[in-house]
Amino acid sequence: MSQSIAHMDASTNGETLLGTPSPRRLILNMGPQHPSTHGVLRLLLELDGETIVKADLDIGYLHTGIEKQCENLTYQQVVTLTDRVDYLSNLAENLCYCLAVEKLLGIEIPPMAQWMRVMLTELTRISSHLVWLGTHAIDIGAMSVFLYCFREREDILRIFEMFSGQRMMTSYFRIGGLALEPPRGWHKEVKQFLDAFPGRVDEYEELLTKNPIWLQRTKGVGYVPLNDLLDLGVTGPMLRAAGLAWDVRKAEPYSSYEKFDFDVPTRNEGDVYARYQVRVEEMRQSARIATQALEGMPAGPWVADAPHVVLPDREKMKTQMEALIYHFKIVTEGFRVPPGEVYQVIESPRGELGYYVVSNGTSKPYRVHIHGPSFGNLQATPRMIEGRLIADVIASLGSIDFVLGDVDR
Amino acid sequence: MLPDHLRDIQIVSALEAQLPGAIVGGNLQHSELTLEIDPPTIVAVCQFLKQQQQFVRLSDLTAVDWYPREPRFQVVYHLHCLERNERLRLKCLLDSSRAEVDSVTCVWRSADWYEREVFDLFGIVFRNHPRLQRILMPEDWEGNPLRKDYPVHGYKYSYAK
Repeated sequence: MSQSIAHMDASTNGETLLGTPSPRRLILNMGPQHPSTHGVLRLLLELDGETIVKADLDIGYLHTGIEKQCENLTYQQVVTLTDRVDYLSNLAENLCYCLAVEKLLGIEIPPMAQWMRVMLTELTRISSHLVWLGTHAIDIGAMSVFLYCFREREDILRIFEMFSGQRMMTSYFRIGGLALEPPRGWHKEVKQFLDAFPGRVDEYEELLTKNPIWLQRTKGVGYVPLNDLLDLGVTGPMLRAAGLAWDVRKAEPYSSYEKFDFDVPTRNEGDVYARYQVRVEEMRQSARIATQALEGMPAGPWVADAPHVVLPDREKMKTQMEALIYHFKIVTEGFRVPPGEVYQVIESPRGELGYYVVSNGTSKPYRVHIHGPSFGNLQATPRMIEGRLIADVIASLGSIDFVLGDVDR
Repeated sequence: MLPDHLRDIQIVSALEAQLPGAIVGGNLQHSELTLEIDPPTIVAVCQFLKQQQQFVRLSDLTAVDWYPREPRFQVVYHLHCLERNERLRLKCLLDSSRAEVDSVTCVWRSADWYEREVFDLFGIVFRNHPRLQRILMPEDWEGNPLRKDYPVHGYKYSYAK
């Protein structure tokens, strides 16, 4: 949180953000408790009439020191913290962290666990996009979309609860595979959802895609050229809406994404409407990937064959001395990770998510840095709204789809 | 020292030819290339990599504190080349007595917030940064939480006096 912001608060007597006094300019404080900021983001807008002359962002209200806490927990315990970073796409966070540590450990994940990870991460993408669509539409004034979106999101959260016992903070992916064996009857539940889902997306599109009010509020709004987006650190659907077909799942496949058949939707307009189109199409593609994973799910173990990392089976512990020793060692002191560093990147619903994990050979990570896509994306906001109208701020912010847990960590 | 087997890599040889002496070390682990850069040359190196080697994106910028070892701080840059789908990690090693490095905001604008975050949480100064202020912690916060000598519970356990 910055000094100039504190200074600006006192500057009601005509002094402006730019430092040049002007009686025409007004400084408007938006947030931190504003519904369209989806969390606690504070914006300072310098207005000339209805036009934004300069915008400044104030973040950090949700800073909980997750990176510092990571250094004081064992590797497996950190998984529960990663859920809380981007609380709308928990499984993507779990996956990225687990992949990073697994790379350091050099362990092989069995195909069944990899495919299950793909399926659940794609469901996470759908649920995250549903929250985005519902809240984005409600910001602009389309109330009913929100109700439809949350109906389907509820189905996904029920599936997550079935798998992990938790609706949101699932921590279902662990280093070495999955936390629990997939529950009985999961196949039927997921199939039921995926069969119905494409029709549901048609429903949302019916409400918005050709809606004249929606078009007027989103077309041509929040445009930023592709070069600027790249320079400002923007990733994910926002880049794809500006014409760059770059998706980490295609470019640097992880967790066997190379075995799935899907398209990377792009648009060239680079405005709020294009971002809407890209994300809606992404939901369809995610359902397509999840269906492939569901139908082709390989049989086999759901955790890696790495007894020093993965907790042993309870039954084996009753009969095998070795299993009991491993259990005791893992629970009391965790497992040691060879020294080294890894930067693992995945495609989260919001863009490129990176985990930089440094190990010094002990059972606790020496440093975990989380590069949240929202952090980079939010940085482009002033570029997006300066010189535009104040009503467009809401639409532009909604189209970024940031999560402040991901920004502030 | 830069190991000999890394000299054959195209980026390394190009960088060596352009800026001799800028690379002071490196390694290739888990198929990730790390180059250790002499801190005064970091801006020139980044400019070269962006303009001549198509590393158009700064994917991430962070730091690691190796307290009490010296040089204490590592500033870590993760670069990304979209064309060749290549990633590169650069590192600057800084002593605790002079925890300062030039800002790369002139190369990638995205470095703005990333460098502010490192300044906020590690206390590393980025020279020529357009606005080097705290970004996550409150303005009047004392200390830099991600330093290893900063206790995990902070210096005060309660706000009640």
